[in-house]
Amino acid sequence: MRSFLFNRFAQSLVLLLIVSVIGFVVLNLIPGGPLAQFGLDASMTQDDLNRLAEQLGLNRPLWMQYLDWAWRLLRGDWGHSFRDGAPVLEVIGRHLMATLLLMGSSTVIAIAIGTWIGVRGAVKRYSVFDYMATVGAMVALSIPTFWFGLIGIYVFSLRLGWLPAGNMYTIGDESVLNYLHHLILPSIVLALVHVAIWSRYMRTATLDVINQEFIKTARAKGLSERRILMKHVIGNALLPMITLLGMQLPSVLTGALVTETVFTWPGMGRLFLDSLGYSDYPVVMGLLMFSAILVVVSNLAADIVVAIIDPRIRLS
Amino acid sequence: MAVMTDAVTAGDAALSVRALTVDLPKGMERVHAVENVSFDLKRGQILCIIGESGSGKSVTANTIMGLLPKIIQVSSGAINLDGTTIVGAPAKKLRQLRGRVVSMIFQDPLSALNPLMTVGEQVTEVMAAHGVGNKASRRERALELLTEVGLPDPELMYHQYPFRLSGGQRQRVMIAMALALEPTVLIADEPTTALDVTTQAQILKLIRDIQRRKDMSVMFITHDFGVVAEIADSVVVMEKGRIVEQGTADQVLKSPSHPYTQRLIAAVPRLTGEDRKLKAQANDETVLTVNGLCKTYRSGSALFGSQRVVPAVQDASFTLAAGRTLGIVGESGSGKSSLGRLLIKLQDSDSGQILFEGRDILKLSESEFRPLRPRIQMIFQDPFASLNPRSTIGQILTVGPVAHGMPYAQAREEARALLSHVGLDAGAFGRYPHEFSGGQRQRIGIARALMFKPKLLIADEAVSALDVSIQAQILKLLDQIQRETGVSMVFITHDLRVASQICDEIAVMQKGRVVERGPPSQIFLKPQSDYTRELVAAIPGERRRES
Repeated sequence: MRSFLFNRFAQSLVLLLIVSVIGFVVLNLIPGGPLAQFGLDASMTQDDLNRLAEQLGLNRPLWMQYLDWAWRLLRGDWGHSFRDGAPVLEVIGRHLMATLLLMGSSTVIAIAIGTWIGVRGAVKRYSVFDYMATVGAMVALSIPTFWFGLIGIYVFSLRLGWLPAGNMYTIGDESVLNYLHHLILPSIVLALVHVAIWSRYMRTATLDVINQEFIKTARAKGLSERRILMKHVIGNALLPMITLLGMQLPSVLTGALVTETVFTWPGMGRLFLDSLGYSDYPVVMGLLMFSAILVVVSNLAADIVVAIIDPRIRLS
Repeated sequence: MAVMTDAVTAGDAALSVRALTVDLPKGMERVHAVENVSFDLKRGQILCIIGESGSGKSVTANTIMGLLPKIIQVSSGAINLDGTTIVGAPAKKLRQLRGRVVSMIFQDPLSALNPLMTVGEQVTEVMAAHGVGNKASRRERALELLTEVGLPDPELMYHQYPFRLSGGQRQRVMIAMALALEPTVLIADEPTTALDVTTQAQILKLIRDIQRRKDMSVMFITHDFGVVAEIADSVVVMEKGRIVEQGTADQVLKSPSHPYTQRLIAAVPRLTGEDRKLKAQANDETVLTVNGLCKTYRSGSALFGSQRVVPAVQDASFTLAAGRTLGIVGESGSGKSSLGRLLIKLQDSDSGQILFEGRDILKLSESEFRPLRPRIQMIFQDPFASLNPRSTIGQILTVGPVAHGMPYAQAREEARALLSHVGLDAGAFGRYPHEFSGGQRQRIGIARALMFKPKLLIADEAVSALDVSIQAQILKLLDQIQRETGVSMVFITHDLRVASQICDEIAVMQKGRVVERGPPSQIFLKPQSDYTRELVAAIPGERRRES
């Protein structure tokens, strides 16, 4: 177990290193660069720009810039935004809660509904419900998230007027209820595609378990179907799903970027797009590293959780 | 559903089945899974239902338990379990009987236990499901049961997860679970088939003892006449869904009346203490010499002190002459399969010598060894998994020799000749593996190995997955081929009876060591080591035959 953790940790570090190098190089291949933004100001002379480049360290060779940036990062200094000079960590922090709120609520929705659909579909295999779930999942998977978002806004905000069309809260009303009201539509839209994925995997996992010999044993013991399902089937079927949850997180994150744009949600997705527009490299790199760490940590967490739950791994 | 008149008086039968017919879904090879089956399980007796795969014995058991899959339906007949009519009873009523009046144990005790629940949880669960006792009393009863089935340290076992237990221990847990509510009838579906022979003997004894102590009625399903001889009071013989013969164990075993039973009993590999009689070979050259062969598996990491070291093969030495067969016999984990893999260099050995035709193949590099590879061939256990389902038999047979430089036309001719040699139609050449039965596939496996005209065949549990009647045929085929071609054979098996049929010499392995080596007459009649003695004593059905 200890060596397993150590190996995984070492792998994660290598992965983060690779992500940072690729991210840094690709970002600097984009034509224009941060100075172009300052150049838009007509009062800037070439001398001013050169001085600025000197100040920001942009006139050094790329590898030197990278090493400097990486060294600072390791010591906890993520740099400062080119736009307003604020520390990158602080900028991310301001948008982090909004994104985590959206991701968290949509993940909870996706797991709850997806598990239910998947288990029910497996237990009543080839029933009308199972076919509907299959078709529904295909539809949800093939239609892009932003389309669902726009349709949702059109139907529930413009036509019916039940739900707000965007933003995280109404200015002047920061009650929990107001947050929840704003959260409903974007979290459901973001959850849709994951309900589809989760329910398909859950169906397969449940079918695997249902055909296992110990389910027959449970029946031979005279347990009720309900008890067999709750105690013997779902527990064993959820085990592989934990790993899936860890792997799904990156796509929840990218989905959140799109959803945030559609619903003008003040999260990291919006920040990312805005920062790219301004060529605000420190913030973009910060966001990149932050999400990479998030992905790595969640995968690691999933493996550890599996190891804790499964006695075969925990005890050997 | 036509329910037959219930002519059975509950009287001395704990379970009676009358004219039971169960339909298979349309499109299967036959219409009925079981057809017009009637038998009684008398109180306090052990009834063995014996048959080969597809005989309908498991379907019968599952019907009694109410555990048939939905697509298989009872079409007529009656089952009376301790005064209750089963066929047509509502699901809820059946559920109340399961685990309380009738309980069941299964073939594979690992997959039959929930991996995420402790032994204690699983044993107490059956009591809780029938509303018996409270938490404390159920726990106490579970500990009592674990003691009763002979598990060491019940308190520790109670909190153990199944994967920590050996196969025999798991089956004991299953038995404890089945006994929890003192059922009238215990159904055991091949409960010892997946176990080693010594463990099998212990579990059989346990079932017999408990049955006697509690005066329980046991319906015991098996394919092994040895097991029948060991445990049965009465016997039902099934073939293709029908009962062909039933009677007391003595009747059926000593004077079987139906030709199928006679054939089945004749096919059971007998333990022979006689040595094999082969024509003295003109050239009694040594094909294989193994000296001090060692292999140790390491897993985990030495760095963190979590390394596991398993000595798989320790200091194995033997010789094998041309045209002879060496049996390697042992229980699971004895290292017999590892030894087989080392001999064909599927795995590297740690130390020792493997002299094949005088050359030490251990020292050869993979490219130096490759020209020798065709001369050492393997026959595998699973005739289903070892043939590529997407290749025709012709492709399977010719691809190897062609890769080693044989012209295709010649390879095709030889393949056709070999197919008829191993008892298949030459037309099999263009067909696919799924069109053949298990026994036929094993013949194909043998033909594939023979394509290379090998000097040495390594057969790893080559007949273990087959029904006894097929097993006997394959053993005969291997014997015939050896007499004709003079090929040498290393025959790896867990079954001493099979080994006694075909081997000139037998090496008994235990925990990676060869504990005894000698001709069958020595191994079976005058075993030198305690372990061999224990193994021979555990062979089911042998005691009965002597008496």
